[in-house]
Amino acid sequence: MKSLKTFALGGVHPDENKFSEHAAIEVLPLPKLAIVPLGQNLGASSKPIVKKGDEVKVGQLIAVGEAFISANLHAPVSGKVTKVDDAVDSSGYKRPAVFIDVVDDTWDDNIDRSPEINRNIIMTRPEIIQRIKDCGIVGLGGATFPTHVKLMIPDGKKASHLIINGVECEPYLTSDHRLMLEKGEEILIGIKILMKALDVDKAIIGIENNKADAIRHLQELAADHPNIQVYALKVKYPQGGEKQLIKAAVNREVPSGKLPIEVGCVVSNVGTAFAVYEAVQKNKPLIERVVTVTGKSVRKPSNFMVRIGTPISELIEAAQGLPEDTGKVINGGPMMGKALTSIEAPVTKGSSGILIMKQEESKRQSTKSCIRCSKCTEVCPMGLEPYLLAKTAKLNLLERAEKEKVMDCMECGSCQYTCPSQLPLLDYLRLGKQRVGQLIRTRK
Amino acid sequence: MNEVLIYALVTLAMLGTVLAVILYFVAQKFKVIEDPRIDAVDEALPKANCGGCGYPGCRNFAEVSVKSADEHKNLDGLNCPVGGNDVMKQVAAILGLEVAEKDPMIAVVRCNGSKANSPAKLQYDGPSTCAFAQNLFAGEGGCPHGCLGLGDCVVSCDFDALHMDPETGLPVVNDKCVACGACVKACPRGIIEMRLKGRKDKRIYVCCINEEKGGPAKKNCVVACIGCSKCFKVCPHDAIVMNNNLAYIDDEKCKLCRKCVEECPTNSIHELNFPPRKPKAEPAEAASVKEKSVGAGVETATEAKNNQSEPLA
Amino acid sequence: MSTFTISGSPHIHGDENVKKIMYTVVYAMVPAMLVSVYFFGMDALRVMLTSVLACLVFEWAIQKYIIKGPITINDGSAVVAGILLAFNIPANIPTWMILAGALITIGVAKMSFGGLGRNPFNPALVGRVFMLISFPVQMTSWPIAKPLFAPALTDALTGPTALGLLKEGVGAGKTIDQIMVDPQMPDYIDRLTGHMGGSMGEMSAIALILGGIFMVWRKVINWQVPVSIILTVFVVAGIAHLVDPQHYIDPVFHLFTGGLMLGAIYMATDMVSSPMNMTGKIVFGIGIGLITIIIRLWGAYPEGISFAILIMNAFTPHINNTFKPKRFGIVSKK
Repeated sequence: MKSLKTFALGGVHPDENKFSEHAAIEVLPLPKLAIVPLGQNLGASSKPIVKKGDEVKVGQLIAVGEAFISANLHAPVSGKVTKVDDAVDSSGYKRPAVFIDVVDDTWDDNIDRSPEINRNIIMTRPEIIQRIKDCGIVGLGGATFPTHVKLMIPDGKKASHLIINGVECEPYLTSDHRLMLEKGEEILIGIKILMKALDVDKAIIGIENNKADAIRHLQELAADHPNIQVYALKVKYPQGGEKQLIKAAVNREVPSGKLPIEVGCVVSNVGTAFAVYEAVQKNKPLIERVVTVTGKSVRKPSNFMVRIGTPISELIEAAQGLPEDTGKVINGGPMMGKALTSIEAPVTKGSSGILIMKQEESKRQSTKSCIRCSKCTEVCPMGLEPYLLAKTAKLNLLERAEKEKVMDCMECGSCQYTCPSQLPLLDYLRLGKQRVGQLIRTRK
Repeated sequence: MNEVLIYALVTLAMLGTVLAVILYFVAQKFKVIEDPRIDAVDEALPKANCGGCGYPGCRNFAEVSVKSADEHKNLDGLNCPVGGNDVMKQVAAILGLEVAEKDPMIAVVRCNGSKANSPAKLQYDGPSTCAFAQNLFAGEGGCPHGCLGLGDCVVSCDFDALHMDPETGLPVVNDKCVACGACVKACPRGIIEMRLKGRKDKRIYVCCINEEKGGPAKKNCVVACIGCSKCFKVCPHDAIVMNNNLAYIDDEKCKLCRKCVEECPTNSIHELNFPPRKPKAEPAEAASVKEKSVGAGVETATEAKNNQSEPLA
Repeated sequence: MSTFTISGSPHIHGDENVKKIMYTVVYAMVPAMLVSVYFFGMDALRVMLTSVLACLVFEWAIQKYIIKGPITINDGSAVVAGILLAFNIPANIPTWMILAGALITIGVAKMSFGGLGRNPFNPALVGRVFMLISFPVQMTSWPIAKPLFAPALTDALTGPTALGLLKEGVGAGKTIDQIMVDPQMPDYIDRLTGHMGGSMGEMSAIALILGGIFMVWRKVINWQVPVSIILTVFVVAGIAHLVDPQHYIDPVFHLFTGGLMLGAIYMATDMVSSPMNMTGKIVFGIGIGLITIIIRLWGAYPEGISFAILIMNAFTPHINNTFKPKRFGIVSKK
């Protein structure tokens, strides 16, 4: 038997705990109030074009991305704009947002809401990219990089492969898994649209081997498309990292500090492919996404189709409520997700899951001194030395940290996950990255 | 036996002489000629190498001082906060110049979001560094401007002038402070400010930097400045400016009349080291605590809290 | 509603911890411990118990009365140091010498640097070398290995090690053939099972290799260090043997005698004092192998692995700075 493909350096294998993998996607009822933060994508925030008192329909443009790396925002609900003001985001800081009081569910007339699957791709390349830009599509894997920017390949570069990320290497999360099972055909059309936009003739869907049903399903669907291949990958975290996935799928290494296009690859998430399908074929902007609500203590681990801006508390309510002994609520997966300060924060384009942890799981164990076991170095998928980088960050030795490639860290958390002394390695690495980043900017 | 001794001695002596000659010529060749005044200035400096002057160390400050004296015939913009006026006078004397006296400064913590005033709604579990927690979330009490209480300022202080009060969770400045400014740089939220030490250590300042509107600010902390402008209106010396829902007292203009302290509805204006007021409605207990703080010359948030006449809501 | 905890990701942790690692090392040493009890009887038990207890007590006392910090003796590191120290000394050593060795091991080599994780040198080896230099007679008069329950064959209580015989013989100008006929020289089977003179833990290569495989499987040690040490010793000894077979013994002899296996598998792989990445570990291993075989072939001592490991421990920080792991996306310059 041929061994499964995976990336070469490092990696860990946390308990998968995919409780919700058999829960079909449910459509969550509309919220009463939607809070749409203006900075939902990587890059510059969008600029609001509505004001207090405006009536909006579902899918109506409410904020435009003016900067090069920015994205449009659309009303996820129909109703009345109550205010454009600061809202407390998931970290407790205040960020500007559009508040919409939900009245009913009136959609913008230009959106095709028919259930039929539209298979004919009639748009040209520039039209596709323009439509993706108009519809505010961003990478739904979590990084929320605006997709249209990714599709505009810089001069002199040429993409050879489109790699579709169906890895979902984060434990607990199942939103991509369910999407692949339920919307496989739409995803394939989305992939073909992306291939056309990028002018590539090869696409690879990478899926980890723990989702055998999704692999089978997509392989069956892709049987008629010789250009689209489905690869089963060995289960190893962080395979969903862009650089790791490229290494696993086509065995190319993205040079340090460069983008995947350097090795002729463009990586997109399956959720993004689905959103691209809806945008291009149905003219539907990115106003909803699949969010997993899960955790050991959650009564009904579920996958919901949720409108952007819905308070997270409503999702938890739909999964039969916040358990009594909840100690931590995480936006995202357990390895890279962000702990929430309040469950009233809204769902954004980047929320792939809500993980609820019990009180006893949410505390860190007490730290011991580093025993120099070098396990962090072994598991680092970027070949870095986390123990050293954490030390340099702690002592503020920024030049040294830069020389040791701290900026290559992608914050996957494998080092901290493994550390037998429970040291907060990644916490310090982040601090180091932030400070070195500032240092590099001041140099320019 | 003797022969061996003599050989050894002669060899050693010759080796010594040859090496000494080589050393002499090398030393001549690579001699660094340095202005002797740099050494003299360096000698006068406190040698704390704290960086409070804005230069990487005392030696560098001495070099810059000498250069400034040669080029501009003054020491403008050069000040050793640690040594204060005495040291700067000595430095000026060495360089044949004169310097104007500067009023001494001290670090002031402008947050009173203690555990009682801004109760924790969340629990932080991670490394004890404000810089990291600042990126992670707004703070246990919820105030996005308030003290995170993890002590980056204490770590940065080379003079043992700061410590965390375990009761309030806030840093406390003591009179060892030399105003080097390390804590001001270390605080990711800019809570610590260098202010004039004031006559007899008397200081009045707004103990809050929250720029939110009144409602949200008060939600997280009962002693937040709500930007009501009452102090601004009452101040007879134009020392108070309002900016972004926040009052700020200009320590150059403030005449320490204490009118604003009485006016502030949230008790966010603090007075330090003043004699007790004539008892009005103030309970005797609070006044006695205040007296203690006069003697110590130390500000703590607890004492500051006791300075306030109104009971906390 | 309970208060939420806020911390940075990752929010889960693997099941690795210091205690687990240390006790895995202890379990890996059980075969070698049994072999030493088999050959040396109650004396072996006495030495091991004294050494482990002394290490624990010294660590506890130093943490409580000198450092005045948290007590961490239950993390297992002192137990490991104690067993390793016992493995490195003869079974007939007086008890007070073990105590002195344990005091140096814990007090000087470990706690004076700040405790677990901060010592530049392997503590048990520092203790052993201290004892070797301070009590040379007792540390080099090895008890005769006598299988448990077997009748005593000779009246002799102590005898030389195989390496000691070899060094003495070569020093006296004998050829290898002449040395090997000495009745005290163990044959191959004896060398594998450990039926020969030596310190407690270095007896049976089989037991040591078993423990080593267990530790590699449990990912407590990496194979790089032991394998590179053993290969280097084998290659250099082999070359010497090929050049002059009457002066230099065959390389297999070197592998299974003396402390090579014990040192390569248990001492050199000590996490704290060995380099932090794979390339570094191989360089480290080659260095230890080279120094060991140089001491064995041309040095004054019959055995050199302890000195070799301590010398390479001193180079560990430099190795860490010079040899870096393979970074992702960095193409090496050709």
